[in-house]
Amino acid sequence: MSGDWSYWLREHRGTLLAFVAFVAMFTIYAANHPAGLNANVATTAANKGVLLAIVAMAQTLVVLTSGIDLSVGMVMVLANCLASTIVVGTPAQTALGVLGVLATGGLCGAINGLIVIYGRLQPIVTTIATGAVYYGAALALRRVPGGDVDSTLADALTGQLAGGVPASLVLLVALVAIVWVPFRRSAIGRATYAVGSSEVAAYMSGVPIRRAKFAAYTLSGLLASVAGLFLTCVTYSGEASAANGSTYTLYSIAAVVLGGVSLFGGSGSAIGAIFGALMFRTIGDLLFVFNVEPLWQPLFQGVVLVAAVSLGSLRLLRIRNRLDLYG
Amino acid sequence: MQGVSKRFGGVRALSDAELVVEAGRIHAVLGENGAGKSTLIKIMAGVVAPDEGRMMLDGQPVSFPSPAAANAAGIVCIFQELSLIPDLSVADNIAISNPPRRFGLIDRRAQRRMAEEALARAGAENIHPLALVKDLSLSRRQMVEIAKALARKPRILILDEATSALTAADVTKIYAVLKRLRAEGLALIYISHRMHEIAELADECTVFCNGKSVASYAQGSKTDNEVVELMIGREYNAVFPARTARAVSDAAPRLQVRHLGWTDRLNDISLELHAGEVVGLGGLDGQGQRELLLALFGVLHGTTGDVAIDGKPVSITGPDVAKRKEIGMALIPEDRKTEGLMLPMSVRDNLSFAALGNLSHWGIVDRTAERDAVDGIVRLLAVRTDGTDLPAGALSGGNQQKVVIGKWLMMAPRILLLNDPTRGIDVGTKQEMYQLLRELADSGAAILFYSTDYDELVGCCDRVLVMYDGAIKRELVGADITERALIASALNIGAEGAGTGAVTEATS
Repeated sequence: MSGDWSYWLREHRGTLLAFVAFVAMFTIYAANHPAGLNANVATTAANKGVLLAIVAMAQTLVVLTSGIDLSVGMVMVLANCLASTIVVGTPAQTALGVLGVLATGGLCGAINGLIVIYGRLQPIVTTIATGAVYYGAALALRRVPGGDVDSTLADALTGQLAGGVPASLVLLVALVAIVWVPFRRSAIGRATYAVGSSEVAAYMSGVPIRRAKFAAYTLSGLLASVAGLFLTCVTYSGEASAANGSTYTLYSIAAVVLGGVSLFGGSGSAIGAIFGALMFRTIGDLLFVFNVEPLWQPLFQGVVLVAAVSLGSLRLLRIRNRLDLYG
Repeated sequence: MQGVSKRFGGVRALSDAELVVEAGRIHAVLGENGAGKSTLIKIMAGVVAPDEGRMMLDGQPVSFPSPAAANAAGIVCIFQELSLIPDLSVADNIAISNPPRRFGLIDRRAQRRMAEEALARAGAENIHPLALVKDLSLSRRQMVEIAKALARKPRILILDEATSALTAADVTKIYAVLKRLRAEGLALIYISHRMHEIAELADECTVFCNGKSVASYAQGSKTDNEVVELMIGREYNAVFPARTARAVSDAAPRLQVRHLGWTDRLNDISLELHAGEVVGLGGLDGQGQRELLLALFGVLHGTTGDVAIDGKPVSITGPDVAKRKEIGMALIPEDRKTEGLMLPMSVRDNLSFAALGNLSHWGIVDRTAERDAVDGIVRLLAVRTDGTDLPAGALSGGNQQKVVIGKWLMMAPRILLLNDPTRGIDVGTKQEMYQLLRELADSGAAILFYSTDYDELVGCCDRVLVMYDGAIKRELVGADITERALIASALNIGAEGAGTGAVTEATS
């Protein structure tokens, strides 16, 4: 049908906007970088961006259910501390360690999900509490920064492939292909969108609400632990840093918003959030390229965020019944 | 397919109700507001569980813990706009309960085919399967809702006011679809307030009144008049205060509305409201009464027409403007829990909210004045509370409603709009409320009073404006306000012989 394109555009508008904005920003960045866009510049930028992008993917899953996950950064920190302890030794031990880290992340997410579903607590309160618990566990594992990680794995994930392609980008694409795309196209993924868009309608339509939420939270925890693992590979160590956890949590929410995912749930895509994350990182880099003092970075990032959120609320101007504004 | 029968008994909103529905028939369910129709279908659809009674499907007792279970048994209900997910596409919505899958993933091509087929069956081929539901008009959404129900291959299809939002063209299509489904052997349960629809479609009818099924009959065997008779019938008769004869004055009306309109929900509404008058808003639920009150109170954006207070034109752009002294308008909202009260806050804080302007100097609340005023109102309304420091949420429904009303009385409103204020409160409190309305009117307020309870309108009002489809269709005055006349004009079946009193066309 001829109209298909326009409907597709309508549905993916947020994601496409984030993509276009990122490409524009990155082009300016690369064009003005003193060293030009060589493989090293690209790899450094990619490693920073991918780390936030994975956390933003994790955040997206929960936001789609119209929840919010404030523990996502802490799960990453916990995974980081755990990985710096167990992802070492022989290849077999390393592989087992990776599995252990991922399982821990999935478990953290599952706990969040179970509390939200069966405890009927608000996601925001639940994840503040569990986030503190996960951070406590991270502190218990690593009182002082340190540890090590298998260097073959670390170099493979953070280095360059043939032709100078950053390996981290391949990791990100792989995560999208293995985790996000199947989720988006599965019945349970559809249910997640339905729950976030209108829980009442989803219930009336016989959608498995609990299973959808559980899947979203668990996958979110899993992705957060992938981010933790990647962080370990970048820093070669583990650190129970509360500042790191909180920063990534907040930035992931920013990335999700920039990526066109609705904080009310039910619309948007993890791919949009990825570009949102990359865009957020590029803003910081842009200031660096143009020799702006680093002091201005948070202010500038904040301005961009406010602008993005305002774009999203333009539709409110069209509302005819003012009660709907508060509904 | 065997004959299908269902029986229920003794549900609170529904007592000893019975309904027998046969395959290959269209069964209409009638009744006035709150007669138990909605409860009945919610039980059938697995949304609420019955307290007592049995439901039989093909002679076997069944019970549905969830809508999904009812669907699995072949019972599909089309609610008004409740079950579509706004952020998903039409095709996603149609396939939502059981999307076609290949290798565990949703097969979009098969889903697209399924959606196109269902839309065609519902006569809505012109809706694009990839359109997002939130971008569709109300009428189109309703068509998607019907297509979605059909895609589930139901054996029993329940339509609850399914045509209320449809355009005339869509209604014609739906009639044809329903008749075809009947020929295919489905059992259809059709709930509608539109008598001509029932005459056109139904094979059998069952009338509900006060939660009971009072009569079942073959369509055509009773006249409209007899049906209205069946729908009347009350268990209690509340005691109403006597009406006060109002001196006719030539003062400008307190509130005058001319040609008020808002989207397609309110059409060309003109009315006058005089000081000392209690004017009722009648009609079936959802004919625009709520919107009219909100429009007057300035909540709706983009209204057309003119409003004048005491003969002076005003533009009320929001509740903050409406409550200004020279206008003095107050609205008692329908949903007291969300729009009327801050439940966790104390009774005193709730009462003084609207009047804080009068109780404070330079922005500082005068606590003594506040306490005195609040205590006065609590005594006046006889709010039963253990003290004004209690959270409002701790009071009973009736007393909460008194607080909502008291909150606006503190600012001595000149125009009082009430949106079904007695819903869900006990008879005793209701009577106190009626008394209060009359006293307020006698002291010079103008009152516009929407109620879904016809008894109340008959007992309380000096005049009643009956709304249908967003317009005022009839005005009943004085002794002409009878339950029979109200129901007849609410159903918009014309004045001829519908009541003892003459029913006049709205004059203004």
